Amino acid sequence: MITDRIKMILSGLPTHVVLIGLCLIWLIPTIGLFVTSLRPFQDINESGWWTVFAPRETAGQDVYEKYLAPYYGPDGKAVEGVDLFDPELIGEFRRSIELTVFLREQVEEGKVQLEELPDTQEMTELLAYLRRVSGVEDAASRPRFTLDNYIDALMGYRGRDSYVEDCAAGEQALDLNCNITDIMNPRGMGRAFVNSLLVAIPCVILPILFAAFAGYAFSWLHFPGRMLLFALLVGLQIVPLQMTLIPVSRVYAQLGLNGTFLGIWLFHTGFGLPYAIYLMRNFIGSLPREIFESAYLDGMSHWTVFYKLALPLSVPALASLAIFQFLWIWNDLLVALVFLGGQKPVLTYQIGNMVSSLGAGWHLLTAAAFISMALPMIVFFALQRFFVRGMLAGAVKG
Amino acid sequence: MSDVQVPEIMRQGKIAPWLYVAPALLIMTAFIVYPGINTFLLSFKNADGTQSAAAACVEEHLFNIDLDPNELNRKEVPAELRTQFQEHDVTLTPRARVEVKEAGNEWTIVDGRKKYVIQSKDQTLNVYEKEPCWGILENYRYALTAPIMLTAFRNNLLWVFLMVGGTVGLGLLIAVLADRVKYESLAKAIIFMPMAISFVGAGVIWKFVYSYSTGQVQIGLLNAIVTKLGGEPISWLSEPAVNNLALIVVGVWMWTGFCMTILSASLKSVPTEIIEAARVDGATEWRVFWKVMVPIIMPTIAVVVTTMVINVLKIFDIVYVMTGGNYGTEVIANRMYGEMYVSHQSGRSAAIAVILILLTIPFMIWNVRRFRAQEAIR
Repeated sequence: MITDRIKMILSGLPTHVVLIGLCLIWLIPTIGLFVTSLRPFQDINESGWWTVFAPRETAGQDVYEKYLAPYYGPDGKAVEGVDLFDPELIGEFRRSIELTVFLREQVEEGKVQLEELPDTQEMTELLAYLRRVSGVEDAASRPRFTLDNYIDALMGYRGRDSYVEDCAAGEQALDLNCNITDIMNPRGMGRAFVNSLLVAIPCVILPILFAAFAGYAFSWLHFPGRMLLFALLVGLQIVPLQMTLIPVSRVYAQLGLNGTFLGIWLFHTGFGLPYAIYLMRNFIGSLPREIFESAYLDGMSHWTVFYKLALPLSVPALASLAIFQFLWIWNDLLVALVFLGGQKPVLTYQIGNMVSSLGAGWHLLTAAAFISMALPMIVFFALQRFFVRGMLAGAVKG
Repeated sequence: MSDVQVPEIMRQGKIAPWLYVAPALLIMTAFIVYPGINTFLLSFKNADGTQSAAAACVEEHLFNIDLDPNELNRKEVPAELRTQFQEHDVTLTPRARVEVKEAGNEWTIVDGRKKYVIQSKDQTLNVYEKEPCWGILENYRYALTAPIMLTAFRNNLLWVFLMVGGTVGLGLLIAVLADRVKYESLAKAIIFMPMAISFVGAGVIWKFVYSYSTGQVQIGLLNAIVTKLGGEPISWLSEPAVNNLALIVVGVWMWTGFCMTILSASLKSVPTEIIEAARVDGATEWRVFWKVMVPIIMPTIAVVVTTMVINVLKIFDIVYVMTGGNYGTEVIANRMYGEMYVSHQSGRSAAIAVILILLTIPFMIWNVRRFRAQEAIR
């Protein structure tokens, strides 16, 4: 009995190992980004995110013990008149060369008999150590996690410290007020988040509404050339988005629609329609015809049948479409870049900008990326069922 | 796309149906059909769309030569001409031949694929190099022969093979494995999650993984592992030997969930009796998979493969965000964007777009056929 069970568990072991391994590979890059976004910016470039719980580097202590401890003692106070662990003294040494000069003077004054001074690399480590133990640099008490990166990214803070620190010291930049209105700062992710919402919501509702109309007509209404028209519309899915950008933006320039929400709503609606019509027609067309026949026999009009029967029955398809369209719009960079640009920056646009202009500003970049990923992740995990169903239905585009 | 029969009773009204279709029809005409046709026409025009593409063909004036024109009225290239060309750093091969265009006035020297035009003007002979030109199809010549485009085609081919193979292979593997464990939905959600993330977000995530520094501390996970194992850190995104692979890995990470979901649904529809019967007959799991499951879900695999091929041919965002097409990572769709918005060569960009569509159409048609056949069986 027991050996059988052990055998069963063992035979399933490779499956678990491979599957869990793959899941870890899939997760780790995202976890790395998330952990980094929560670390103080001083730490991010000094050590990998995986060392977040490891003790911070204590380099320099061995240098102190090798050269200075015999004279100055373990507490730095053995020589009269000098306290190497005094923050006021150490605070004066900003660079290792200054410490070198100080130690040379000590030797010349005959206070210590150092035969050999630490070399440049050792001196750097030594100074870092002294600054740490004397409390000038408060690395040890620096929290391992902080929300500062998120606050800075949301408010569009670009200074050297952090939004909270600067505001507490009363040194805020010109375009910041240190109150809640900062969240609408055009450089920040907060404003971009609102813009993304303003783009996404109408862009989800409009194409789905029109596609429901068309899907109903293509399945249950009769008009000449119905199937041909349907095939043509669905075939439009192969037109790559990039192919239509130039002519549309030229027309927009004449109409003054560049940089307006209306312009991007219309464009996304146009591009969402072929797939949406295809999905809606397949769904509404597969509803049982008896329902529609009897509704007509009862004397209902097209319109009543549409909004009393077809629409409520196709809620699952509407939900899948809405999720798809939402994720597509929310994650889009190209269309936002061309039609909104910097006038109404959305999340993807802001991050794209940060990638190119900030270079190594990982603390802001990681936080910004997570702000942009938060909503789609919530939508995805909450409505995964509809998402998968919609994908299965539309797996074969065309 | 089988035609659903409309019940007799519902065939009422001539205008009403059009009112339902009209909004969609109008918007699609304005935003897809009109710009699409416009772009197609642009592909036969020059950079700013004002003249025919043939206007972009140029003849470059190279140098003047000093020669008796009568010497040129033969097929062989005169030795004197050869030396004079040599003085201007142009070496003619022994294959070079003279063609008389207009006796005493214009000659062409054809040397393999190169063409030189000699024109007599004011007693001097001007030598022009004739760039090959396809006339109104000039933009297509660029799109099919320019070195950067050849790189793009080569990379796209690499993308198609590795990314389609990677996503479908891993997707199938995960679908099969996940089917046997209790945490199936969790595992699938993890693999599927990148589908919800933007390309920009994924770009940031992976740029961090690939982060490279020349110093002691590597904050990029991959280089930290490499240095821990005693290797030299690698600049993953700019090293030509690995950068395409590094980008394709990001694509596989994002799209495996898509393949897995569809293949998993298909695997679940395989009748359990068949699988059980095979197991009772003593078939190993390995054989059950290859001889029973795979043949049954083959149509789905084919559909997933073609869908992925179409997606990969159009791949743009990953390359745009992570390398911008530099360091030899160019792909067709990014070139199309670059010609349009960086070089402002709308004609070339349009030609590339048309070629991209032509490349995808065969897969599209095949996909639709396959789908129809499947529907017919049901």
